[in-house]
Amino acid sequence: MTSFDETELRLGLPGDGGNKTIEGGATAVHNSGKRGYDETIMDLKLKLSSHDQETKIDHDQKKHSSANPPAKAQVVGWPPVRSYRKNMLSVQKKSTLHNEEGNDSSPSFGTKGNGGGGAAFVKVSMDGAPYLRKVDLRMYKSYQDLSDALGNMFSSFTIGNCGSQGLKDFMNESKLMDLLNNSDYVPTYEDKDGDWMLVGDVPWE
Amino acid sequence: MTSSFPEEVLEHVFSFITSHKDRNVVSLVCKSWYEIERWCRRRVFIGNCYAVSPEIMIRRFPEVRAVELKGKPHFADFNLVPEGWGGYFYPWIVEMAKAYPLLEEIKLKRMVVSDEGLEMIGRSFRCFKVLILSSCEGFSTDGLAAIAANCRNLRELDLRESEVEDLSGHWLSHFPDACTSLESLNMSCLSSEVSLSALQRLVARSPKLKTLRLNRAVPLEKLSTLLLRAPQLVEMGTGAYSADIHSDVYSSLAAAFSKCKELKSLSGFWDVDPYYLPVFYSVCSRLTFLNLSYATIQSPDVSKIISQCPNLQRLWVLDYIEDSGLNTLSLSCKDLRELRVFPSDPFIADANVSLTEQGLVAVSEGCPKLQSVLYFCRQMSNSALITIANNRPNLTCFRLCILEPRAPDYLTFEPLDTGFGAIVDQCKGLQRLSLSGLLTDRVFEYIGKHAKKLEMLSIAFAGDSDLGLHHVLSGCDSLRKLEIRDCPFGDKALLANVSKLETMRSLWMSSCAVSLGACKLLSRKMPRLNVEVIDEQGDLDSRPDNCAVEKLYIYRTVAGPRLDTPSFIQTMGQNTAYRLP
Repeated sequence: MTSFDETELRLGLPGDGGNKTIEGGATAVHNSGKRGYDETIMDLKLKLSSHDQETKIDHDQKKHSSANPPAKAQVVGWPPVRSYRKNMLSVQKKSTLHNEEGNDSSPSFGTKGNGGGGAAFVKVSMDGAPYLRKVDLRMYKSYQDLSDALGNMFSSFTIGNCGSQGLKDFMNESKLMDLLNNSDYVPTYEDKDGDWMLVGDVPWE
Repeated sequence: MTSSFPEEVLEHVFSFITSHKDRNVVSLVCKSWYEIERWCRRRVFIGNCYAVSPEIMIRRFPEVRAVELKGKPHFADFNLVPEGWGGYFYPWIVEMAKAYPLLEEIKLKRMVVSDEGLEMIGRSFRCFKVLILSSCEGFSTDGLAAIAANCRNLRELDLRESEVEDLSGHWLSHFPDACTSLESLNMSCLSSEVSLSALQRLVARSPKLKTLRLNRAVPLEKLSTLLLRAPQLVEMGTGAYSADIHSDVYSSLAAAFSKCKELKSLSGFWDVDPYYLPVFYSVCSRLTFLNLSYATIQSPDVSKIISQCPNLQRLWVLDYIEDSGLNTLSLSCKDLRELRVFPSDPFIADANVSLTEQGLVAVSEGCPKLQSVLYFCRQMSNSALITIANNRPNLTCFRLCILEPRAPDYLTFEPLDTGFGAIVDQCKGLQRLSLSGLLTDRVFEYIGKHAKKLEMLSIAFAGDSDLGLHHVLSGCDSLRKLEIRDCPFGDKALLANVSKLETMRSLWMSSCAVSLGACKLLSRKMPRLNVEVIDEQGDLDSRPDNCAVEKLYIYRTVAGPRLDTPSFIQTMGQNTAYRLP
């Protein structure tokens, strides 16, 4: 089983500084850091190739290290989809990507295990959001695409899960998009050497 | 008391009674009926392989021809049960090989089967006909070769969703040329290539072949030659469903499908290329089961297919179908009984597809015979659930999985208690229910009050207190299987309902709040339950009684504590003197 190096993208809400009060109902349990229930990092068994580069994209101007809530790991056995099914879908996605890159035109089925080359999954966490997301970097062609997608991802999430009206207003989609696109904020990320880089310095590819 | 009928007459009457439940009831009428029944019982179903021992089964039923066993708890499907838990087939085959020389059928689910066990099947039963291994593991293609080579009258070999150590595809070539009895072959879970010529010859010499489910390694180019040799097929699973575009592949496939006048069920469709979808349109009007759950095709293509399947009864599909496709389904497939919608991307919480609760509402409106639902989605509302319940009081199985744990009603932000409450209230025949979303103790109050026919309940990330569990245990009269994870249920509810547990097959609780002490107490009070504590951290003996157990599996048994528990499982009360002899 290939080990799975994950990269972590962190989205800090501007001005929030790791706001932990965005909670609704029982989701408070997760933000408090005190978990009553056993949750462990999920063993993906997706046999994805490891991703060497570690990047951390932080949309907040300030560096958040200790101020951020701990990245919420996904839960074992949830959602309840059988490994067989998960593997089948991920293997097919890899084959499709394999083809799209102009490689061998017949997918490499028929062999034991799964072919190389694959999706580049990256964990994204947003401060205050109880759960991580996974993003396949190969789905995006540019930083702007990724930024748009992340914006959509988290805005729809927050609308769905906010507990109080006031927070809901704050967190509505258009406002969030404005904030993300606002020129006061310059997207930055932390690369594997721990250096902060301006988005766009390194070409997307 | 002597029977007023000769035994032979009673035996003849009993031969018409085939359901397990009915036969069990018959055997309870009186001692002589018990005796007659046990000698003529041909099929045995054991829902928990640890509830009884092979010796007990053989002693009671000496003339069995078909045995069905289930092993691991259902949550093993989702990696919640550690490796090495148990469920071994070997002790059973060893005894059955001696006692049942005329055995014909073995059906196993979630059991650990070894090559040795499979070899023993091949050696021991000269009339062996049917082997079904559902979600099993522990064996390799060598074991399959032994079955193929030795079971001269094999009718059915079905490996559905088993995890097989795939050493090579050579096993298929072990079917002897003289074997012409095959009616059903499901090898879809295997990954290695089999010899296509061996497969073709096997298909050609099996005139009774009705079910053929290929694996992904069988290329689309070869499918037409297989179909031409088996136009009598009723159920077919394709291999990979794409090829370099050659017009003759397309036309020969279309021609082959058009000759399959009996085809009612289709599956497979890995690596699907939409270009080849129209080749099977000619069979759509007869299809009753369509499994597109591995087909990564988009909604318009799905809709195109579905709109041509007016006789469809069961559809398994990915959420690529979207609300629009489900709307098409609701308009086109008025005979639909079962719908399963699986998530294409379960680990991203954003909606990568436009599938919402509306799709399910539409199907519930348009499909009057809909009984069974498995639905993964990202949002749900009480009003949608209430609408579904009012539309479809005939639901017998309702499994809803909202991907985000504890997600509230997305419109009102309230818990989904009233929605699920409507389901159990309206659907009086509901037998199976899986809950998700934000739920308080209230939903369990509704379930305990209304779900009187409920047999299996799955709960995750729900409830506030022991009261929730208490409602279920005290109210659900028909409950057989209860599986719970990550809920704040503890000792009180469990200890207040100890006798209920003996009326059920099993209870699974993981990441809840049950203490070690309560487990010990429960085991002392109920000696005919095995109370198994699973704890991978080890040294349970040194833990205080008030510490919470990781995982707990409780089941009724007449076989006492099992002897094959791994180091991380302890059966409570094993060392006490409280057990009945």
